[in-house]
Amino acid sequence: MQGKTAGQNSNNNNKQKIHDMMSKHSNRRKTVDKIVSIFSIACVLAAIIPLGSILLEVIKNGALAISLQLLTQPPGAIGATLEDSGGIAPAIQGTLIVVGLASAIGIPIGILAGIYLSEFGSSTGFFPHAVRLFNDVLTGLPSVVIGIVGYITIVVTIGSFSVLAGAFSLSIIMIPIVVRVTEETLKIVPNSIREAGYSLGISRWKITLFVVLKSAKSGVLTGIVLAISRIAGETAPLIMTILGTSLFFTNFDKPIDALPLRIWRLASQPYDTAHSEGWGAALLLIIIVLIASLVLRLLVQRKGFRVKTLHV
Amino acid sequence: MVITISEINKQDRKKNLSLFFLHGKRKGDKIFRGLVIAAACYTLLMIALVIFSVGSGSKDIFLKEGFFGFLTGTDWNSVEGRESYGALPYIIGTLISSALAMAIGVPVSLGIAIFSSEMAPAKISTPLSFIIELLAAVPSIIYGLWALFVFRFWVRDLIEEPLHNAFGSIPFFAQTPFGLDVFSAGIVLSIMIIPIVSSISREIIKAVPDSQREAAYSLGATRWETVRTAIFPYAKSGLLGAAILGLGRAIGETILVTMIIGNTIGIAAIPTSLFSQSQTLASLIANEFNEASSSLQLSALIGLGAVLLILTMGINIGARLLVSRMVKVNAGARE
Repeated sequence: MQGKTAGQNSNNNNKQKIHDMMSKHSNRRKTVDKIVSIFSIACVLAAIIPLGSILLEVIKNGALAISLQLLTQPPGAIGATLEDSGGIAPAIQGTLIVVGLASAIGIPIGILAGIYLSEFGSSTGFFPHAVRLFNDVLTGLPSVVIGIVGYITIVVTIGSFSVLAGAFSLSIIMIPIVVRVTEETLKIVPNSIREAGYSLGISRWKITLFVVLKSAKSGVLTGIVLAISRIAGETAPLIMTILGTSLFFTNFDKPIDALPLRIWRLASQPYDTAHSEGWGAALLLIIIVLIASLVLRLLVQRKGFRVKTLHV
Repeated sequence: MVITISEINKQDRKKNLSLFFLHGKRKGDKIFRGLVIAAACYTLLMIALVIFSVGSGSKDIFLKEGFFGFLTGTDWNSVEGRESYGALPYIIGTLISSALAMAIGVPVSLGIAIFSSEMAPAKISTPLSFIIELLAAVPSIIYGLWALFVFRFWVRDLIEEPLHNAFGSIPFFAQTPFGLDVFSAGIVLSIMIIPIVSSISREIIKAVPDSQREAAYSLGATRWETVRTAIFPYAKSGLLGAAILGLGRAIGETILVTMIIGNTIGIAAIPTSLFSQSQTLASLIANEFNEASSSLQLSALIGLGAVLLILTMGINIGARLLVSRMVKVNAGARE
């Protein structure tokens, strides 16, 4: 009842406001409306133009730069001519290794923690509440701070910039994304499915893994792809963890290169060949990331599955 | 007599329905429960690790300069024997570039959200949201590359030089623009936060019940009046949350800012005009981390990270409190 009167109150307020407006000149109202419409269309264009320009430049400059040499050779001397300038092969290899290792740490932990929040953590308990809150805080932390964590905990401890430190930092960025998406997705799975499982006498962990998680597969996969494409493009935490090198992978406790890091180094050199290689590396990176999100999109559409906007 | 689930389970086990599903039941449940709780604890552990790492790494500089001394200092001198570090110029640089990003990014995001939820038919709004999602998926290093080699010349030639030529006598627009300054950093940051702010705003505006819109339209309100009187008041706390999330992104963005802000150091990093070169907390960390000549300089850089951590955590928690307070105020008005 109370709610209803409040609704009437706010309706009355709105009526009053709208009445006031009606009494003003109607032409002016229409003009204002038109201006706002034009403004919002202009906003849409303002967002689309940069995207168009980014894609255009990356494809145009990147396609010119991509060659067998770029894809298979380690970097040559800085400022060398095009023939001797080498390639970005260690960076490609490094990105695959670091992101792969980060995923191997981040995905299982993220999914399990998401399962905890959705299946075990009651909505009122203190502990699940704290986990949810700190998971959100973790999502909001700048990646450069996460890089410092990798530096202090691993680089300083083992005494060398390393693959491990990079993968550990990226996994910290990845986990909250996977947790969030897993929780949201599992919550959508109807309870009747769980109850059907219980009524057959199936144990809880099997229901959770083989029934609930399986039926939410596409949603969880969405989260994983999202997280991978996010960490594949991270640069800042890699500066202070993997350092970057022009050599191929040797060991997990040694420095390694990565595509975003290589792009950054190439862009800060004052040579045109370096810039051109940078565009080539950017094209590779954008292909990896955009293909990931296209796959994600198709996956989501095909399954008829809709995740609400993921605030990550 | 209530039959508990475990009793039913016992009966089932006798019937031997499925060997796979019934094998090792109790124990499996216990182990699984332990595993998921451990994973949940891991996220808490990570937060603790973040605070510990940043705290222990920056201890030296806070001991030397003092907490407020470091926050208000303007020197950045790594010469041995005369070492002195202060974070103030970079705090100012961070705040100004993020404020610019918000001033441009939030209205544009709202415009996009209004367009795609209130004006555009599904035929347009669906591909539009797809494009915006693509924009969100582009890594910030690629924004940086594009900003450095393409966009900064647009900004310099189309916006900065005309402004400088027209209003150059005002200190705000003084300094010859190069395209590598707080202004272009602010614009590129705004482009970067638009996807996230606009897609969340759209979801929030879509969540406003149709009865609100219908009431306004039925009284003869135009579309804008409907948005202003029926939708904004309903959605304001959510929209504020979206904007603050964008602010958090802008403050913490590193590599993009490093490439476009001009990277000055010390007192020169305090922008005196819109076209001044500057430096943010995050960009200085990225620039100097691998070149730090002493452990004190490294500690100072991590100290900047500590300031950044406090700033972003404060914003996140503040946003939470603000939003929940607004929700409470709304609920209070209803009672």
